[in-house]
Amino acid sequence: MAVVLKADHIDKYFKKPVAFHVLKDICFDIKRGEFASIMGKSGSGKSTLLYILSTMDTDYTGALYFNNELVTGQSHEKLSGIRNRHIGFVFQFHYLLSEFSVLENVMLPAKKLGEKSYREIEYDAIEKLKMLHIDHLAKKRASQISGGEKQRVAIARALINNPSILMGDEPTGNLDSYNSENVFNIFKQLKEEQGLSLLVVTHDIDFAERTDRIIQLEDGRVVN
Amino acid sequence: MTRWKVLLEIARTHLFTRMKSTTTASLGVTFGIGAYITLVSFMTGLNRMLDDLILNQTPHIHLYNEIEPSEQQPVNLYLEPENAFHVVHSVKPRQSQKKIHNAYPILQYLKEDPAVKGATPQLRAQIFYLSGSIELGGNLTGIDIMEEVCLSNIRDYIIEGTPEALDNSESGILLGAGLARKMSLSTGDRIQVSTVKGAVFPLKIVGLYQSGIADIDNVQGFAGLKTVQRILGEPRNYITDINIKLLDIDKAPAMARQLKRLFGVKATDINEANAQFETGSDIRNLITYSVSVTLLIVAGFGIYNILNMLIYEKMKDIAILKATGFSGGDVQFIFISQAIIIGVAGGILGLLVGFMLSRLIDGIAFETEALPTITTYPINYNPWFYIIGLSFALLSTFIAGYLPADKARKIDPVKIIRGS
Repeated sequence: MAVVLKADHIDKYFKKPVAFHVLKDICFDIKRGEFASIMGKSGSGKSTLLYILSTMDTDYTGALYFNNELVTGQSHEKLSGIRNRHIGFVFQFHYLLSEFSVLENVMLPAKKLGEKSYREIEYDAIEKLKMLHIDHLAKKRASQISGGEKQRVAIARALINNPSILMGDEPTGNLDSYNSENVFNIFKQLKEEQGLSLLVVTHDIDFAERTDRIIQLEDGRVVN
Repeated sequence: MTRWKVLLEIARTHLFTRMKSTTTASLGVTFGIGAYITLVSFMTGLNRMLDDLILNQTPHIHLYNEIEPSEQQPVNLYLEPENAFHVVHSVKPRQSQKKIHNAYPILQYLKEDPAVKGATPQLRAQIFYLSGSIELGGNLTGIDIMEEVCLSNIRDYIIEGTPEALDNSESGILLGAGLARKMSLSTGDRIQVSTVKGAVFPLKIVGLYQSGIADIDNVQGFAGLKTVQRILGEPRNYITDINIKLLDIDKAPAMARQLKRLFGVKATDINEANAQFETGSDIRNLITYSVSVTLLIVAGFGIYNILNMLIYEKMKDIAILKATGFSGGDVQFIFISQAIIIGVAGGILGLLVGFMLSRLIDGIAFETEALPTITTYPINYNPWFYIIGLSFALLSTFIAGYLPADKARKIDPVKIIRGS
C-alpha cells in the first residue's frame, strides 16, 4: 500500500522555559486508507508530533515525507500549499471563523486552492454538509450553532479539498459521548468509503481502540 | 485571480462585522484629509490673493535712470595714487537726464523678445494738484492705459469710470480716490495741475483710482502718456520708466542684470523689490503643510491602533486560516487591504468634506478696500491638492496597516491553537 506520510528520525527540543527533549527519534509511516491514533499521557509530546506532521511546526530535526516527497526544509509558502491541498485538519475546539456562515467556512480552503469555480465549490461544500447531515445549517452564522455541529462543520471544511490525510487534535475531546460517537462514525465511514487516511491524537482509550492502529508515545518515544 | 478575491472577501467581512471600529478609523482619515484640503485651499488662496496684490502692481522688471553719484570720481581718472589715498568731500550726484535714452528702440527690442509678455512706457512726473489757492503735491504718471490694462489688473482698481474713457480723452485724468476726497472732486469735474516749473494745465477727471494703499491714493494720478509729455513740455520720446512683464517670473533677476548691462540703465527685478514678500508666502505654506501632515499622522495612528486591536481579536482566525493553507503573505494581504480600504473610503470622504468646507469658506463675505474685486474669502481649487490628499491618505494608511499586518504574517498558528 502507498505510504501517505512518513516520519524519519524526527527529534524536537523545546528551548523555553528550559531545554527539553520532547520528541526522540520518531519513525513511523501512515499508509493510504489507514486509520491511526496517537495515544499518550499529557506531556508525552503527542500534539507536538501532530503539529510537526501537519507541517505547521517546522522547528525539528529529521525528515518528513508526504506522498514520498521530502517536506522538511520547504518554504512556508510551499508548506501552506501542501496543507491547503493535502491535509485536512480538525481541532479540539472547532475553530470556525465566527463571522462567516457555515457554508462560507467550508468553502474557504477551496477558494484558496482556486482550482474550481465558485459554483462547483459551493456544490461540493453542500455535498460535504449533506454527507455529515448538517446541510440545513448552511446559511447559519458559525457562531449560532452547537458544539457538536461546529465539529462536524470543521470536518466538512477539512474534507473540502479531498485531502490525502485528515488529522485531528483531540477532535472528540470537547464533545459529549453522543457527539464523540458521531464523529468517530464519520471518520470510520470516510476511511471505508473514500479510502481516506486518518491520524488522530486522542487520550480517549475507547476511541483509540477502535482505530486500525495505535501509536503509543511515552516520554517522547514511540513505544509499540 | 481568485486568490485575491477570497482574501478581499475575508477583509471585507472583517470590516463590515465591526462597523464601529471601521467607521472610527475611516473618520480619522476623513478628518485629516478634509482638514488638509480646507487648510491648503484656503491658505494658498490667500497667498495667491496677496501675491496678486503685489505682483500685479509691481512690474517684473523696472527700467529707469537713477540719479546717483558717478562711481568713478574724476580724480580717480586723473591720477592713480601710489601708497596714498584721496578723500573727496561733498560728492554730488552726476548730472544726467531722467529720461531713458533711446526708450522707443528699447521698447521695440523688448517687445520682440519671446520671453517678454509685454513692456509699457511710463512717464513719472512731480506735479501739484491745485484746489483754489491750495497746492497738493503729488505724482502724475503718464501711461499707455490700454497696454497697462492688458498687462496688469489696473482695471480692477478703477472704482469709477473706465480705462477706455481715459484712452479716448486728450486731457483726462484718473485721480487717486484719496485726492478726490480731499478736494471734494468726483468724476466729470475739472482739476488744475501745475508743473514744478509753474505751468498750469486743466484736466478732466474721467475716473477714480483706488489701490487700497492710502499713501498712493493720496498722491497718485494717471493720465495719457502724450498728455503728460505735453504738460511737461517734453517731446514724444520722453519716457522715464519702462515696466516689463515676463512670461516666467523666475527669469526676472537674470534678465534684469542683462538689460542693465545692455542699455546702461538701472533695472530692478521683482524679487529685489519684494524680497520680504516671498518669505511670508513660504512660511505660510510651511505652516499649512506641517499642520496637515500632523493631522494625517494622527489619523494614521488611529488606523494603526484599530488594526492592532483587530489582529489581537482575530488571532484564532489567523491561526485557522494558516492551518487550512493560507500563507503568511495571504494573511498580511488581508490586513493591509483592510487598511487601504479604510484609507480609500476615509480619504475620498475627506476630499468631499474638504471640498464642501472650501465651498463654504468661499461663500463667506470678505470685503476689503485694498481689493475692490474680492467679495468673499479666496479659495484655491487646485486639483493637485486633491491628488496629494488622496495619495497621502493611501500612504499613511498603508504604513499604519503594514506594521500590524506584518505581525499577523508572523503569527505562529501552533502557538495560538495549542495555547487555548
